[in-house]
Amino acid sequence: MRFSAHQRANAAFAGLTGSAALVILLALAVILGDVAVNGFPRFSWEFVSQSPSEGMTAGGIFPAIFGTVLLVLLMTVAVIPVGVITAIYLFEYARQESLFARAVRSAVYNLAGVPSIVFGLFGVGFFIQFVGGNIDRFFYDGRVLWGQPAILWASLTLAVLTLPVVIVTTEEALRTVPREHREAALALGSTKFEAIFKIVLPQALPGILTGAILAVARGAGETAPILFTGAAYFLPHLPTRAYDQFMHLGYHVYVLATQSPDIEATKPILYGTVLVLLLVTVILNFLAITLRSRLRRKFA
Amino acid sequence: MARRRLINRLAAWTIAAVAFSAIAAVALIFLFVVREAVPLFNSAEVREEVTPAQMVMPQAWKEGAEPSFSWQPASKVPKYSLAPLVAGTFKVTIVALLFAVPLAVFAALFSAEFASSRLREIVKPAIELLAGIPSVVLGFFALMVLATFFQDTFGFHFRLNAIVAGAGLGLTIIPVVYTVSEDALTAVPRAYREASLALGASRARTAWSIVLPAASPGIFAAVVLGFGRAMGETMIVLMASGNAAILSADPTVSVRTIPATIAAEMGEVVVGGAHWSVLFFLGSLLFLVTLSFNGLGGWYVARLRRKIGGTA
Repeated sequence: MRFSAHQRANAAFAGLTGSAALVILLALAVILGDVAVNGFPRFSWEFVSQSPSEGMTAGGIFPAIFGTVLLVLLMTVAVIPVGVITAIYLFEYARQESLFARAVRSAVYNLAGVPSIVFGLFGVGFFIQFVGGNIDRFFYDGRVLWGQPAILWASLTLAVLTLPVVIVTTEEALRTVPREHREAALALGSTKFEAIFKIVLPQALPGILTGAILAVARGAGETAPILFTGAAYFLPHLPTRAYDQFMHLGYHVYVLATQSPDIEATKPILYGTVLVLLLVTVILNFLAITLRSRLRRKFA
Repeated sequence: MARRRLINRLAAWTIAAVAFSAIAAVALIFLFVVREAVPLFNSAEVREEVTPAQMVMPQAWKEGAEPSFSWQPASKVPKYSLAPLVAGTFKVTIVALLFAVPLAVFAALFSAEFASSRLREIVKPAIELLAGIPSVVLGFFALMVLATFFQDTFGFHFRLNAIVAGAGLGLTIIPVVYTVSEDALTAVPRAYREASLALGASRARTAWSIVLPAASPGIFAAVVLGFGRAMGETMIVLMASGNAAILSADPTVSVRTIPATIAAEMGEVVVGGAHWSVLFFLGSLLFLVTLSFNGLGGWYVARLRRKIGGTA
């Protein structure tokens, strides 16, 4: 009798908590499903390879894809070396209790918590006004060239934003390399620098790659920091110079969804754009998650 | 040999110097966001248009009019009351927590206490995937799908309101709250569960009366981290909240938050003007508040991790 009362309580509670998990999974399924169902009819080679036409109601989104890819590429070039070296410092060089190491660690943690819109303000205040403005003053007699929104400034802003992602995943990757490998290299007479760069780093490469993928996925999806550091709604030309503005998938979604005069006419393009953005980020995230869980299993 | 040692020495210095970049980044963000807000306090030109007191206290905008809080920076007499924005930010954040915390904590309880390992292998990556969806896509979803669904179901007067924005926002903080709560629940020593079960309590009773209370500091930290995250989120509220700066406790009216205000107005302001400075002031405020929430939450999580390290 008592046994069955227990069983009923257990089943009821498992059902209650399980349904909470189910609601979350369902929400995820509805979001992905809605975008897939409404977006796929629009999806075609023309859509990803052509420019928009007729006031954004026809044509494709190629310039937005191009801009996003270029933006993320520049960001990666900036963030990977700095992030990886910072992680090497934290894991291989720093005395863990030293004040400097603790300050770096706390800075990384706090950086991860800064709201993305504040990064946007930082991009305007630091990169555009301060760095760009001073370049213009010193080299171009005050002609405004660098002191305005540009793909370079947007990508550097995103690089600062994704720095914690790269640092944390790289540190995790370094942790998976057995200590004996370092000791063996040192015992054979290599310097610490050689041991780390010739022995440890190659082994940590898959983990560092995971971090790079996560950073790219994050950077490709962030819209708030680029709103006023370089994104434009429509440009007749693709960006070719570092001080050009660029079109961007996330910004395109934002403007199409909120500022379109005729939402029904732009809706197919809007859903198509969301689908492309979602495909890019979901595939990258999925790749990183599987890569990471495989690595964890291998080294656990 | 000497050359190799020199390289080794130089590399160590370079690496430490590069590591300083993380500290520099946080310092520069703070410095350059605050720097643009300073004219509010020392520039006569800016103070002619707005003073800090006007941003805080209710103002009579016309001769003999009732003093009120009003955010209308683009009107003929620019009005910069922060009260509607601050209240709006808290309102949306609280709605988001009301959606997200019960779902995320219960789902974490399910993962930690009831789910088979195979089920856990589905739930955890799915929630990680939810964390990977760009916020502009969630904002789009809240705007196009949730708003229509809520209006059809509840008949809201405003299609876009704090409830729609809060629900969308809830989706972004579910992963944070879930992950930290699940860590906290699995950190509860197994002996607690065994003792409770041995005394004849059911698994449900054990989960509710033993494991959940034991993990409550960690779950509190999860909520604090979720709060900080929700407050700073921009795109979802920008797209789904209606963006009307109305000072009201009613969650069914349109609302304007601090991040959405910065995002919507930054593109159109005069560089260095009063409006510009006020927006940077809002950014500094946001930076400091989210930093303290994250610090508080992070401190709890770090303490938790140390405890796990101690018992394992």
